Amino acid sequence: MAIKGMKYEEFGDNESLELLRQSGTNVLLTTIDDVINWGRKNSLWPLTFATSCCGIEMMQTGAPKHDFARFGMEVYRASPRQADVIVVAGTIVKKMAPVLKRLYDQMSEPKYVVAMGACTITGGPFALHSYSVVKGVEQIIPVDVYVPGCPPRPQALLYGMLQLQRLIETQTIESRKKRNVSHSY
Amino acid sequence: MDKIQLGEFIKSLDSDLEIKEGKQFTEVTVMPSKLHSLASQLKEKEETLFDFLDCITGVDYGHDLGVIYHLRSTKYEHMVVLKTRTADRDFPEFDSVSDIWEAADLYEREAFDLLGIRFTDHPDLRRLFLDDSWGFPLRKDYVDNNIITW
Repeated sequence: MAIKGMKYEEFGDNESLELLRQSGTNVLLTTIDDVINWGRKNSLWPLTFATSCCGIEMMQTGAPKHDFARFGMEVYRASPRQADVIVVAGTIVKKMAPVLKRLYDQMSEPKYVVAMGACTITGGPFALHSYSVVKGVEQIIPVDVYVPGCPPRPQALLYGMLQLQRLIETQTIESRKKRNVSHSY
Repeated sequence: MDKIQLGEFIKSLDSDLEIKEGKQFTEVTVMPSKLHSLASQLKEKEETLFDFLDCITGVDYGHDLGVIYHLRSTKYEHMVVLKTRTADRDFPEFDSVSDIWEAADLYEREAFDLLGIRFTDHPDLRRLFLDDSWGFPLRKDYVDNNIITW
């Protein structure tokens, strides 16, 4: 239940997490889910994908000072086939959108999306008067965790990744299926 | 040459040219038909020797479309600005200067891509960034319903 090094009370947004947790199943399945989720959340492999300045912060998060390998996210994969989570770090323009969509489609289940920074959440500084920027990456792929900031500090991305781990903890086989159906774009 | 002398010299090449002083650079407004000959003269003449093309800027003035050239001489370290414009929005066309300065190739492709300004005798006038189905997004009359404004 607890994430290593950070107490439950220290996280924000606990209410919505509890809401997700309420979709319970029987005891046997829950135990299996717990084991599976424990494995998933502690070996989240991100995809090497960065389109602008958020990518620099993401690299810094992976570098020794912040080191998100502590939480099991050490290996950046160059191939979407081997990645579990895509951190969309940076502005997505309309020319890039099909590429991002294809990368997401190429990832194997279970897959998660972290929208990092203002550009991927709403278009950010390019939201107004821009002919080329996609206004929010959620128009293309389903997003699990939003990390606001321009760009977010490494601490913010780490917090977002921990929230993603907590999100994975709440999942059951059933809720995973439901999510995929409701997010079939 | 200082800016005044430069202006006077360029005026002596062609008396039809409109020279504007008092800004950062000497500005020369030239008819599109005379653009290419003036550009090659400015490069070749021993007195000016504008051998370096700093930048080409495409402009939408609202009604007219124009192109601005920033020229520099690496020998004399002086600069001049050439301006030209046309009222034809449907088929705006200027002579390419890419045979004079190689650097003009990509600048002209950019101006074509974003403003739809065509350049005759350009070696390879394709779009630079956007695909062919796109309009010309930097034009004032560009319509895109997905653009959010205040």
